[in-house]
Amino acid sequence: MDAGEIRGMIKRVKNGRLSRRGFVRRMVAVGLTAPLATQLLSYGGVAMAQTKPAYKPTKAGGGGTLKLLWWQGPTLLNPHFATGTKDQDGSRLFYEPLAAWNSTGDLVPILAVELPTTENGGLPADGKSVIWKLKQNVKWHDGMPFTADDVVFNWEYAKDPATAAVTAGSYNSVTVEKIDTHTVRVVFKQPSPFWAEAFVSATGMIIPKHLFAAFSGDKSRDAPTNLKPVGTGPYLFKEFRPGDLVTGVINPNYHVAHRPYFDAIEMKGGGDAVSAARAVLQTGEYDFAWNLQVEDEVLLRLEAAGKGAVRVTEGGNVEHIQINFTDPNTEVDGEKSSIKTKHPSLSDPAVRRAFSLLIDKDSVHRFIYGRGGNATANFIFNPARFASKATKYAFNVEEANAILEKAGWKMGADGIRAKDGKQLKYLYQTSINQPRQKTQAIIKQAAKKAGIEIEIKAVTASVFFSSDVANPDTYPHFYTDLQMYTTGPTQPDPSVFLQLFLSTEAAQKANKWQGRNITRWQNAEWDKLYARQLGELDPITRAAMIIKLNEMVIEDVVVIPVVTRPSVAAVTKNLTCELSGFDSYIWDLANWFKEA
Amino acid sequence: MAGSTLASPTAEPATMLVAATRMAPPLSPAREAWRRFRKHRMAVVSLFILTLLIAAIGLGPFVWKLPINEIDFSAQLKAPSWAHPFGTDDLGQDLLARLIYGGRISLAVGLSAMAVAVSVGVTIGAVSGMARGGVDTVLMWLTDLFLSLPQLPLLLLVIYLFRDGLKAAFGAEGGVFVLIVVVIGGLRWMPVARLVRAQFLSLREKEFVEAARALGASRMRLIVKHILPNALGPVIVAGTIDVAAAIIAESTLSFLGLGFPPDIPTWGRVLFDAKDYLDIAPYWALFPGAAIFLAVLSINFVGDGLRDALDPRRVL
Amino acid sequence: MSAAYLLRRLLLAIPSLLGISLVLFTILALAPGDPFGELATNPNVPPEVRMALRAKFGLDDPVWQRYVHWLAAMLQGDWGFSFVSRMNVDTLILQRIPATIAVIGSAQVLAILIAVPVGVLAATRPYSLFDQVANTLAFVGFSLPTFFTGLLLILLFSVQLDWLPFVYRTDLKSTGLAWWGDQIRQSAMPVMVLGLFQGASLVRYVRSSVLDVIRLDYVTTARSKGIGERRVIIGHVVRNAMIPVVTLVALQLPVVFSGAIVTEQIFRVPGIGSLLIASILANDTPVVMAVSFVFAALVILFNLIADIIYGWLDPRIAYR
Repeated sequence: MDAGEIRGMIKRVKNGRLSRRGFVRRMVAVGLTAPLATQLLSYGGVAMAQTKPAYKPTKAGGGGTLKLLWWQGPTLLNPHFATGTKDQDGSRLFYEPLAAWNSTGDLVPILAVELPTTENGGLPADGKSVIWKLKQNVKWHDGMPFTADDVVFNWEYAKDPATAAVTAGSYNSVTVEKIDTHTVRVVFKQPSPFWAEAFVSATGMIIPKHLFAAFSGDKSRDAPTNLKPVGTGPYLFKEFRPGDLVTGVINPNYHVAHRPYFDAIEMKGGGDAVSAARAVLQTGEYDFAWNLQVEDEVLLRLEAAGKGAVRVTEGGNVEHIQINFTDPNTEVDGEKSSIKTKHPSLSDPAVRRAFSLLIDKDSVHRFIYGRGGNATANFIFNPARFASKATKYAFNVEEANAILEKAGWKMGADGIRAKDGKQLKYLYQTSINQPRQKTQAIIKQAAKKAGIEIEIKAVTASVFFSSDVANPDTYPHFYTDLQMYTTGPTQPDPSVFLQLFLSTEAAQKANKWQGRNITRWQNAEWDKLYARQLGELDPITRAAMIIKLNEMVIEDVVVIPVVTRPSVAAVTKNLTCELSGFDSYIWDLANWFKEA
Repeated sequence: MAGSTLASPTAEPATMLVAATRMAPPLSPAREAWRRFRKHRMAVVSLFILTLLIAAIGLGPFVWKLPINEIDFSAQLKAPSWAHPFGTDDLGQDLLARLIYGGRISLAVGLSAMAVAVSVGVTIGAVSGMARGGVDTVLMWLTDLFLSLPQLPLLLLVIYLFRDGLKAAFGAEGGVFVLIVVVIGGLRWMPVARLVRAQFLSLREKEFVEAARALGASRMRLIVKHILPNALGPVIVAGTIDVAAAIIAESTLSFLGLGFPPDIPTWGRVLFDAKDYLDIAPYWALFPGAAIFLAVLSINFVGDGLRDALDPRRVL
Repeated sequence: MSAAYLLRRLLLAIPSLLGISLVLFTILALAPGDPFGELATNPNVPPEVRMALRAKFGLDDPVWQRYVHWLAAMLQGDWGFSFVSRMNVDTLILQRIPATIAVIGSAQVLAILIAVPVGVLAATRPYSLFDQVANTLAFVGFSLPTFFTGLLLILLFSVQLDWLPFVYRTDLKSTGLAWWGDQIRQSAMPVMVLGLFQGASLVRYVRSSVLDVIRLDYVTTARSKGIGERRVIIGHVVRNAMIPVVTLVALQLPVVFSGAIVTEQIFRVPGIGSLLIASILANDTPVVMAVSFVFAALVILFNLIADIIYGWLDPRIAYR
């Protein structure tokens, strides 16, 4: 199926000759997934299906207290300062964005009346702007009306460097204009195929202008409402103890009828993931626990108690191994792993290919992550419109041995292969985390059988994931041969995320290791293709380009994806909720309810 | 406190000596101590258990030859059986082999770190308790400082500053061992120092010390021969507690990347790995827990026995 | 004990604290990591944002300059501003004090109240059944880490028996007597875990120091004078055996303030320990510095108090 055929089908949907569902089914049959298909329809000018979960309660309130367990409690409640998902989730109890990503990776309007489309004039043909229509009946918790001024203010607030907002990245490169009291236009510098970043999802939550206007820029830290949020969401703020507890009570004036169902809400922090799962699945003290990065064996055992179930939602995160293309053992101008060097053995494609055959992804999935990690051949695997069908993975020690033998890496007396005096001995680092150390052990054992000796190194997460320039143990320094961690696009579009293979982004001393390209792999052809997809407005051509970008990286073994890391939550038996792999766990909190 | 006579080796009751010489040929101090030690039944049993533990750890690998890190998913979480007397963990690795291997490290770390903590603590406490004024103030300031240090950032800093250097100097395993022992010992000497100083403050004013001082005993002799033996009670208790604490602390350190690599199964580490499986595979936690308990218990009774053996007041 | 001595010790505490604060600050500033680690793996946060945040919070200034800033603010009663929560450090700490006192404080007090009599009793009847049982429990207490005993209790009392909750809540809904009931129920397990751990070593110390004293001649003399055993133990033995105990209690009391990291984590007690560990892991230096500094002050204070009590227990201890 080529781009022309797809276009023809989209036309038939528009004419009503093909149902949306029929279109989606056909696209799935040729290897795209449902979210991609619906996205294609929206690009093609067909409105997105508004997938609303069946909501049963007939009035607001009456549901008692909803008890959420976040094993890392929110530490602040201003979404523009949120340093991690825990803070975004805490803010999300009270604040809302214009639109959010649902469980299938589709956009759902929250404070917007509808999603911008070509049809409704929301998406002009030049791709250089997007027009959002805001809901009319929305009131802030203090009774003030929500208007376009609030939206424009959030852009001004976030982009001001003096505010030091974490969300600055989503607002820096755009301009926001007020069209009328309930319409805003977001203008991009270049034609932008992906327009749903500003005011959408986690970084898009909107704070009230009338309470924050006096505290913009340098005074941002003094705003009393930093700690006492006044939002538009389904719950009114009651109490906040950083890292411990956030509570709220029902918002009687919520802008969606019959919602929310619960009279009060609490989000308790602290503890560890296993005991959080225990409190929901085994003792039933809590209704919902997030982010359960726990061995599946343990979760299955807890689920057996019958008080609740584990819910797995795939996002874009992938646990992957990075190959160092530079030499971590040679120092050039005061830095190791300098882009002026070449890795003595990993720069040989044969070694990389052989190594990729030694990763037993299926065992890692089956025996370590279970439902919390599916083996994957692709680095970009979700939404499926960007996932390649051509890539494959295998675990084959014999073939690895054969490849190495052929490439001249001969087995030494010590069981380690070598060529020209260079041995296949690697230092393999990751953060300290039990499943990761087990994965390391499995890979170490397999590599040994192919004459590759691996030394395992584990660094405290708080050091490994820091941007500390002076510390050589951080992942951007990458002063080892191999390393492993989880990353992924935070929205269902991998373009920004893919910067991590751009030659110009190579992390090095000159940019204080802030560059995104950690492996320091450099490929001019890839860079060119990346640049082309940035301005490509045709969604299908662009998806094909992104698929190619991923394939090039996998074929050259720059990174080895191991397993996907979906979001895993524990949900009590009678709670109905829609989760999302590309947004906060509570993106749809207003629609959560319990059945008696 | 008036009227109490604390013992010191010089003040051993003369009658005892007379009685002893009459009954048997005079014993050397070492043999006398051993004779007293043997009277402490628990101590003798414990010494036996401790020897057994050490022998098992030392000779075990020659008898029990299963590898410690052979991953075998077909043998995941197996309860104890003839093939795996202590069962297997979630990667199908044999726990007996792992505990034998890890025991060497755990016991060595426990005992050496304790030795560091006790010797530093006793030295600082004794000097501080004997000296007055400036020296006491400075040493107590140092103790307060070490007590107030937030350990986690300090440890991260230590890793960052010294790991590579020590690795170069002592080799990968040796360097880590030295680092761990110094770190654990270096952060646990303060209670010992405070205890010893407190004992010294009281003891240095006692009659027998006055007497010895009047007889012209040197300061060093006062400390080593007269005061210290009477201050040893709390030190021995602290020593045994420190062994347990060090074994457990080692496992915590490996979570900071400071300990041995995470695939080295020290007792504390195995216990930690087992905790989430406590209701699925209780034996996994039982054996390392029991090993630590047994080691601490026996070391402690040996300590008790030693004190009885060295305590001149004890009439047996 | 003269007033002059006391005054001199109190005055000496000032340079001591200053010195300690300097060392603490240097360690925290040099320790690896930065507060914006979580941003690093987020592809949507450009590196410039991270750099701007570092600059805004002064993390790129030289250490001595940051120390001078901190000290100057501290002297004016400004405890600093948390990088992570973007609120004042003192508010953050004050929020955590009630739970800390309720759980860690009662565990310490309980440990002392139980360990001292048990230790004395065990020492008066060495190697009796009571002594053996007390000792064995003590060994269990300090050879098993709290992460393990805590989990054991949860499995027993929360999962199997379903008697006690294992999530500690600061917002109990009940009032009056029912509130006390709930509070005791939710504190029971953390207090037990911590009490056992702290009490265990204390029992050993008390027993050992009482044993040291009980064999002395003056005790035998007192007994032979026909004084009742009870009075001999309490009046003659315990008082003289108290010096090591006072030392240990003085060492443990400041810990009430710094909290118990592992136990708080297991039972989700929002104490200072969990604040401290979260702040350390997030490299939230102002919070870590404030907690460590108060802790250091308490260590110095209790050391001084211990010295004073030594003098009261044994009047011959001379202070000059």
